[in-house]
Amino acid sequence: MKYLDEYRDERIARRLLADIRRRVARPWVMMEICGGQTHTLMRYGIDEILPPLITLVHGPGCPVCVTPLEIIDKAIRIASRPEVIFVSYGDMLRVPGSDSDLLRVKASGGDVRVAYSPMEALKIARANPGRQVVFFGIGFETTAPANAMAVWRAREEGLSNFSMLVAHVLVPPAIRLLLTSPANRVQGFIAPGHVCTVMGYQQYEALSREFRVPFVVAGFEPVDLLEAILMLVGQLEDGRASVENQYVRSVTREGNLAAQKTMEEVFEVTDRKWRGVGLIPASGLRLRPEFAAYDAERIFDVGECNAAEPAECISALVLQGLKKPWDCAAFGRRCTPESPLGAPMVSPEGACAAYYQYRRHAVPA
Amino acid sequence: MCLAVPGKIVEISETAHGRVARVEFGGVTRPVQLDFVPEATVGDYVLTHVGFAISRVDAEEAARTFEALEAMGLLDNEELKAS
Amino acid sequence: MNDDRDNLPAFTCPAPLAARDKILLGHGSGGKLSAELIREIFLPAFQNPFLARLDDQAVVTVGGTRLAFTTDSFVVSPLFFRGGDIGSLAVHGTINDLAMGGAQPLFLSAAFIIEEGLPMATLRRVVESLERAAREAGVVIVTGDTKVVEKGSGDELFINTSGIGVVPEDVNLSANQARPGDRVILSGAIGEHGIAILAEREGLEFDCPVVSDSAPLHTLVAAMLSAAPGAIRCLRDPTRGGVSSTLNEIATQSGVGIEIDERQILMREEVKGACELLGLDPLYVANEGKLIAIVAPQSAESLVAAMRRHPLGRDAQIIGTVCAAHPGLVVMRTLLGTSRIVDMLAGDQLPRIC
Repeated sequence: MKYLDEYRDERIARRLLADIRRRVARPWVMMEICGGQTHTLMRYGIDEILPPLITLVHGPGCPVCVTPLEIIDKAIRIASRPEVIFVSYGDMLRVPGSDSDLLRVKASGGDVRVAYSPMEALKIARANPGRQVVFFGIGFETTAPANAMAVWRAREEGLSNFSMLVAHVLVPPAIRLLLTSPANRVQGFIAPGHVCTVMGYQQYEALSREFRVPFVVAGFEPVDLLEAILMLVGQLEDGRASVENQYVRSVTREGNLAAQKTMEEVFEVTDRKWRGVGLIPASGLRLRPEFAAYDAERIFDVGECNAAEPAECISALVLQGLKKPWDCAAFGRRCTPESPLGAPMVSPEGACAAYYQYRRHAVPA
Repeated sequence: MCLAVPGKIVEISETAHGRVARVEFGGVTRPVQLDFVPEATVGDYVLTHVGFAISRVDAEEAARTFEALEAMGLLDNEELKAS
Repeated sequence: MNDDRDNLPAFTCPAPLAARDKILLGHGSGGKLSAELIREIFLPAFQNPFLARLDDQAVVTVGGTRLAFTTDSFVVSPLFFRGGDIGSLAVHGTINDLAMGGAQPLFLSAAFIIEEGLPMATLRRVVESLERAAREAGVVIVTGDTKVVEKGSGDELFINTSGIGVVPEDVNLSANQARPGDRVILSGAIGEHGIAILAEREGLEFDCPVVSDSAPLHTLVAAMLSAAPGAIRCLRDPTRGGVSSTLNEIATQSGVGIEIDERQILMREEVKGACELLGLDPLYVANEGKLIAIVAPQSAESLVAAMRRHPLGRDAQIIGTVCAAHPGLVVMRTLLGTSRIVDMLAGDQLPRIC
């Protein structure tokens, strides 16, 4: 497949690795922000072949992991209603709420359906005029334009039985939080290539200047990540701090203006609680008042959900790169993908799930 | 986050729900909304996420940077082993 | 600054969701949850040495003849898909379970659980397909049963088929016989059945020329047994849970490690495209016309050659080796030359956006 296979080329990967080894002279801690990038690093064993001077920590870039517990509980309550067809991306189905998850709601007879695109939820709404179709609008900036467009179209068409439960989160505020934490050890960032495809990377330039930290916007294939790591090592060794773009085939500095326009029309910035981390100001998106008729949180009065995480779950520390999954006492024992204590163990992009799948047999002494 | 996959536009149509392309991903085709890449034409590669194209692959830019990478690959033969 | 950050360790603790009080879809997907169900509910209840082997079939001796006996239920939705339907699948699946025991399949039963309201034409179409599949495979449906359940109590149609066949004297196949040094052979390209089914399902609409690989493998098996007598340790068909589940089962039951090479695993372009699009790992996608063979090393090459002479084995490849290291684990050399563990599927593989 074009633009995929070439970026999995073994010879190129070897050469990039050799260059990384030659270039790195001092220990560096770098973070890849996006869960999809974590997944690639684990799946191809890149973290195991990098020189030991480079420590990779995994960031909070897994929207499934950070969707607030309260919203999951609301989703579960809404999905349990008999008149509702609850449509969601597949990733969210197994995420544990306070005492259940969407898959269990389905097992108990709830009409919960997986969709690949929010357009499919619109289709379901058109086909089922007697039911209330609710779409679970989660994700980072990458997914926001699509979700926004679905709501926009619903309004255009005058669909009266479609609404969205919105819980979008934004990356830059989370990075800012990380960089201002006294415990932060991250010296350079691999920035999320698909978020930047939509948003551009100007926001990261501001962070880079303010905190004097280098960023490299990277793609998701092994060659992309190795090239980005090489570029990041270059900046670190040279004492430079700017934003470089490895993912030139998809990312421009301004990003996708048409997508940003739709987002701005439909959503507005709001404070949001990140699961396992806490409230981060101006770090989320919600529907604008003009779209109130499509806001599932307003339409369905499911009450407030005051939720708390199991004490054993250290997802907060994992998501901020302060601990690795295997530092957690519950990892692989009381917390597994089949019976997860927290979201990072359930989400296919969660660091804990990735470690469980690819690394649990290599737990360091 | 964000599984976005590159695919080739094989057909475009104006529908009641906007401009929609048939995009080919290694032999499988899927309908993809082109709302965010209005300039895309048949034959272009687009990066697709949840049924929407979010960018048009700049073929020249991609070829240029990839040629540089490929040239690298021909030079060395270091093994990919844990160091 | 953010209060919660400083109070991170102080969150209070509701009970974790460890206890499972309901059956979940994942319990049927052929991965870890299914294994757990068998281990915790079925095995303790039906304790006997035949069942304990956990093979796809049971080999029992009756009046001096070794018979293979198996059962399988088919709940596929949609009922009709490219390359087959629930009827042909019901025949192929049970024939294959028998064939994995080295048996010559002979007789099948077919029991139907039909949802009230199913169009007669649909039932007729399924039954015709079932009959044709049986006839072409040379097996006879000798007994059956029909039940009808109220509308809403069954997903249109469920079929159970059970089958018996004769196992030749010198054939002994089981998942607990793999030994270090043995080679792992895969009979062809993976992922076709699972993707063909997914392509038809509502909500994941895509045009897809992927055709289910559903096929009866008993003649391929007969050719293999004839080409490498005494050298084949185990045969398994990687259905639900895919190649990964099957290899993990063999590794666990034999107490050995398995190493495979990603470059040797074949996949059609369309299957690859669909997996990329949906974020699915093809190693976990179901196959219905493929088998995995564990064979003594000296016979591996000639066995592959023999398989390639058979229409269902044209793309047979040696994909790996059994080893003594990391018992119970399957490790894969990736396209990049690095290693990764191929873990057992947890529940259901769900399409992802992340």
